[in-house]
Amino acid sequence: MRSKALRLGAFYLVVLGGWQLIATSGLWSSYLFPAPTSVVASLVRNVENGMIFAALGQSLWRLALGYAISMLLGLSLGVLNGSVRWADETIGGICLGLQSLPSITWLPMAVLWFGLSDAAIIFVVLMGSTFSIAISARSGIRGLPPLLARAAGTLGASRFQLYRYVIIPAMVPAMVQGMKQGWSFAWRSLMAGELLFVTIGLGHLLDVGRNLNDINMVFAVMLVIVVVGVVIDRVLFGTAEAWVRERWGYVAT
Amino acid sequence: MVVTDTRPAAEARPEPVLALSDISKHFQTTRRDTLALDHVSLEVQRSEFVCIVGPSGCGKSTLLGIAAGMDTAYEGRALFEGTPITGMARERAVVFQEPALFPWLNVRANVEFGLKLRGVPKHERKAIVDRQLELVHLEHFDRSYTHELSGGMKQRAQLARALAVEPHVLLMDEPFAALDAQTRDELQLELQSVFARIGTTVIFVTHNVREAVILGDRVVVMSPGPGRIKSIIDVPLSRPRLPDDYAVTDLAARVRAELQNVDETVEARYAI
Ligand SMILES: Nc1ncnc2c1ncn2[C@@H]1O[C@H](COP(=O)(O)OP(=O)(O)OP(=O)(O)O)[C@@H](O)[C@H]1O
Ligand SMILES: [Mg+2]
Repeated sequence: MRSKALRLGAFYLVVLGGWQLIATSGLWSSYLFPAPTSVVASLVRNVENGMIFAALGQSLWRLALGYAISMLLGLSLGVLNGSVRWADETIGGICLGLQSLPSITWLPMAVLWFGLSDAAIIFVVLMGSTFSIAISARSGIRGLPPLLARAAGTLGASRFQLYRYVIIPAMVPAMVQGMKQGWSFAWRSLMAGELLFVTIGLGHLLDVGRNLNDINMVFAVMLVIVVVGVVIDRVLFGTAEAWVRERWGYVAT
Repeated sequence: MVVTDTRPAAEARPEPVLALSDISKHFQTTRRDTLALDHVSLEVQRSEFVCIVGPSGCGKSTLLGIAAGMDTAYEGRALFEGTPITGMARERAVVFQEPALFPWLNVRANVEFGLKLRGVPKHERKAIVDRQLELVHLEHFDRSYTHELSGGMKQRAQLARALAVEPHVLLMDEPFAALDAQTRDELQLELQSVFARIGTTVIFVTHNVREAVILGDRVVVMSPGPGRIKSIIDVPLSRPRLPDDYAVTDLAARVRAELQNVDETVEARYAI
């Protein structure tokens, strides 16, 4: 554990040192390749003037709202497709098709429907994750071993109890996997959407940096985007996956 | 037309817990039509321990599935305590051949499952579960998840889960098939003492003739193609019975002879 921390610390020191050396060597001009020190300075400045947090707050709010709606939609669609054969044959096919569509391609349609508004971006975000969640919910239900359903039946489970105590818990490993994939689609399409849009948000802040010709700011915002991504991926979904592994003994793939 | 009841008076025999009469079951697939059970009749009395042996494919699991109510598409009549079986119910709990515990629940929650469905209050549940876990010697593993248990422990947990709902009949389909000989011997002894205490009615399917003789009050020998009951052998031995008891070996040889008779027409292999 100690040695791993040391190794990682040394690695990042070397990377940062190398970066600083190249940046100050004059190989590229500083408005194209900024030094880490000036990136950090820009980050501090933009945090202090409130730009970063305003943008971060706006982005996370859109993400949370879009993702919450997609959870609701995806779960309903997935449970329907997992439980009703004809729904799976019809709606399920459409879900599979739409899931392969890169979600940013919903943006033109969303703009025509909702105008240049938050609603348009949220729509893109929720289209990004809904189908992943629906598909994994469906396969979670379909993947239920018939033996477990029979075991519940011989212990006296009613149809409702079968859903409540067997089918839904059995879905969890597949759901965690699908929610993780859904989140990453949602996050990517949110950034893309905000870049193309003129409203507050991390993606938009990147565009501001470009317009100001401020490479330091562009790097600083990218750093924030990476940190947010890693935190949600590792901390949130990492914890969920560890819990699934502990309880179920495996993680669905 | 006048129907005269010629059966003996009702008090002559107690009502069987389970009465399967003239059960026939076809499996129709595009390639073949299998007659899995051909006019099979079997009555099981209260507190009786009935073992079923027979070559692979002779319809043992099919018969058990019908008794459990998992399969309701057949000809004939299946009565449980005098009423037709229409579906699964906790009065007829099943211990499956494969470990069928819920992986997202720990051992305690698995054993508690059927009680929770019935809405038994929490403190009562705890008392019942504690008793069942002790019965199968899993009291120190109540917090373990199923993937942390050995094969034998999983089967014991399954048994505890089935017993917790206080079934009137316990249906066990080759519950020890996947276990090594030693664990199996231990579980056979445990089962004997468990059932000596609680007296549940049991139907127990096995490939192991010796196991059938050790556990059963009666051993039903089935023959395949189509599935029929060939003979029923009484086991009038006192308990506990040990695998190497002379009487056990002797009776096992008789059952095996019955099975070999079956073998003359059908190729099949048996564990000893
Ligand atoms: N779902 C099914 N579809 C078609 N045929 C089936 C099905 N289930 C069982 N059978 C057939 O019915 C017959 C009896 O099967 P069953 O599973 O009851 O045998 P068994 O005695 O339990 O065998 P084993 O000892 O191998 O478990 C077999 O010939 C089998 O091929
Ligand atoms: Mg079988």
